[in-house]
Amino acid sequence: MDFRHSEDRQMLADTLRRFLAAESPPEARNRAAYDAPGHNAKVWAGLGELGIAGALFPESVGGFGGSGFDIMVVFEELGRTLSVEPLLGTLMVGRALMAAGGRPALEQIVAGSAIVALAHQEAEDGGLATTAIRDAEGWTLNGAKAVVAQAEAASLLLVSAVAEGRPALFLVPADAAGVSIRGYANIDGGRSAQVQLDGVRVGADACVATDGAAALAEAEAAGLLALSAEALGAMDVARDMTIDYLRTRRQFGVPIGKFQALQHRIATVLMEVEQARSAVINAADAFDHKQGPARDRVLSAAKYTIGATGQLVAEEAIQMHGGIGMTWELPLSHYAKRITMIDHLLGDQDRHLQRYVALGKVA
Amino acid sequence: MDLRFTPEEEAFREEVRSFLRDKLPARLADKVRHDQRLTKADLEEWHRILNDRGWLASHWPVEYGGTGWSVVQRAIFEDEAAKAHAPRIVPFGVSMLGPVLIKYGTEEQRKTILPRILDGRDWWCQGYSEPGAGSDLASLKTSAVRDGDHYIVNGQKTWTTLGQFANRIFCLVRTDPAAKAQEGISFLLIDMDTPGIEVRPIMLLDGEAEVNEVFFTDVRVPVSNLVGEENKGWTYAKYLLTYERTNIAGVGSSIAAFERLQSLAGSIRRDGRPLADDPLFAARMARVEIELANMATTNMRVVAAAAGGGAPGAESSMLKIKGTEIRQAITALTRRAYGPYAQPFIPEALEEGYNGEPVGPEDAGAAAPAYFNNRKLSIFGGSNEVQRNIISKMIVGL
Ligand SMILES: Cc1cc2nc3c(=O)[nH]c(=O)nc-3n(C[C@H](O)[C@H](O)[C@H](O)COP(=O)(O)OP(=O)(O)OC[C@H]3O[C@@H](n4cnc5c(N)ncnc54)[C@H](O)[C@@H]3O)c2cc1C
Repeated sequence: MDFRHSEDRQMLADTLRRFLAAESPPEARNRAAYDAPGHNAKVWAGLGELGIAGALFPESVGGFGGSGFDIMVVFEELGRTLSVEPLLGTLMVGRALMAAGGRPALEQIVAGSAIVALAHQEAEDGGLATTAIRDAEGWTLNGAKAVVAQAEAASLLLVSAVAEGRPALFLVPADAAGVSIRGYANIDGGRSAQVQLDGVRVGADACVATDGAAALAEAEAAGLLALSAEALGAMDVARDMTIDYLRTRRQFGVPIGKFQALQHRIATVLMEVEQARSAVINAADAFDHKQGPARDRVLSAAKYTIGATGQLVAEEAIQMHGGIGMTWELPLSHYAKRITMIDHLLGDQDRHLQRYVALGKVA
Repeated sequence: MDLRFTPEEEAFREEVRSFLRDKLPARLADKVRHDQRLTKADLEEWHRILNDRGWLASHWPVEYGGTGWSVVQRAIFEDEAAKAHAPRIVPFGVSMLGPVLIKYGTEEQRKTILPRILDGRDWWCQGYSEPGAGSDLASLKTSAVRDGDHYIVNGQKTWTTLGQFANRIFCLVRTDPAAKAQEGISFLLIDMDTPGIEVRPIMLLDGEAEVNEVFFTDVRVPVSNLVGEENKGWTYAKYLLTYERTNIAGVGSSIAAFERLQSLAGSIRRDGRPLADDPLFAARMARVEIELANMATTNMRVVAAAAGGGAPGAESSMLKIKGTEIRQAITALTRRAYGPYAQPFIPEALEEGYNGEPVGPEDAGAAAPAYFNNRKLSIFGGSNEVQRNIISKMIVGL
């Protein structure tokens, strides 16, 4: 057993960390995160030059990584600086396309030159409701997708839709006629959008999978790993900020870290974050070495752990900072928001706990 | 043991309900129900309506324009008002300064200041905390130096809630730097438009600026604005804090928030069924509901003891901790109930009259900001850690 990252991977993490620290310090991050367009074109271009997107994919599709641990280190670093760059879309759409058989779009995605978004979540609960109807020239899409991350910035959307009774996948240019994208800011930074598809016409080649279930499962698996790793990176920083504050903030003539009430709580935070790290390591390992329900179960375990630990870390970090922990000016508050909101994406802790139980019966 | 209210108390409850039905503007209740942001005018409007009925100052004796209510009546009123989604009464003048002046002020101060609190001419804010003096309030540094019949005030207050609306501030200031921390503090009333005062907003994590920093540079304050005796301010400050913590349990508003959560969970669908039918979410709601029912009785036990002359000490700390934890748990569940729709944040949608197309279910966009904003409940009014210290000091005595 060896819990160190390979040298290459460590170098990748270090490079990314240095780049983001320099190009996306808290103030610049907040500007990009809370103002339109919800990310920073310069940082995105820089990530492209560093080949970060390529790290998320194997050589077979033009990347140079693509293992669970590659995804982990990249998203952990993104989490450490609360990056709002649209790499989750890159990963999820790219993974879906890989599973669906590859397309020219995949090359651009792996090269980091195209911004893409996965438009899968329906506006209303109740399963896939967007429809695709085939005719002689191609397909017509109708439906409404919700909270699509970075849809405004994307040039291409990967849209799921029921076609001939199956969940099919379509690559739709974001500027296609009939696509309307209503964007908004997110509480934790970055922008998402409601995506409306009204009689959107696409050619036959836009359909990348007539049965996209397996491809969607790949996208989701990668997304769960990535979000868990991102939260882990953010929690690491929030914990360190809190430790630092306990050492420096003085009340009653002593650093507040002298109070045992707080000592025990920061100790709990530390333990739980280490447990969460192990959960993400398990998930990255399962991503590479397990299949089907066995793999998905470990991913759900990680997302559950991250959700539960995230709320603890975010709430404790703010509480131990006192009033200052609630201020916009202190970067910590933005970490707390992002950590909290990750539990809302791709299913929350309760959903994944129940999925874990259900998959246990299958696996 | 009898958990029923007396017939007189029940009659009073009916009276409160019918008042709220008649006089609480639907517009205001709607804003509260939907977690929209209340403006200064909204808060003043409710204040005026209560004052017209003579029900604004429930803690004050009748001779100063108070209601003279018993603690039980007060609890009933607060409960009903919260359940009807009435705006909160801005506490700084009515619930904080008023009782201090009634107990420690001069008759002159009572005569000039109390009526102005009631009719809304004055909006007070609370100048206790400083950057270096939060939990350790007695370490405050803002100084007041006597110069003839004035004090010259220098220093900084912070976290001043709604200071941007206030025309007056009551401050704890240090008048004897040589004395022991608690012994050199005085309680001073200051006009916010005195030269040398600057108010700067602090933006909180939800983008709201409900708190401020207040800077004092050579601010001249008449000595007649001193409350009680010089260097005795700590006693008054502590007295005020016990008022700050009345109704701290917030049972009524937690019940109102819980009922909203329940109806939300009944209408929001998750994975093809109402969220309320999700066994894990249902269990989370049940736990909070049970805690809330327990606390309602704990609260009434404390109220009953106070009515019988029992002094709330550790009890008020207990209610503060439990009340805020329960409220925070409800706001956390409300946030979670919206799933991915808790993420979009359109600040304008929190303002009255927003006409934009909503994103997701009704009020989805208010849930996360309310959750983050309510982190304050366990921090202010004496943090929950400090409250636990108070309780253990009282019971262990070490
Ligand atoms: C939204 C908001 C509104 C407010 N409004 C007002 C207002 O209108 N007027 C006003 O004067 N003040 C106001 N306050 C200030 C509030 O009273 C202080 O924030 C509070 O007293 C805590 O002080 P602090 O923020 O400096 O935290 P600190 O005192 O620095 O505390 C940091 C952490 O250390 C813990 N801690 C401190 N001492 C101990 C101890 N002995 N044992 C164990 N743990 C300890 C605290 O509980 C906290 O977790 C407001 C605060 C907020 C957040």
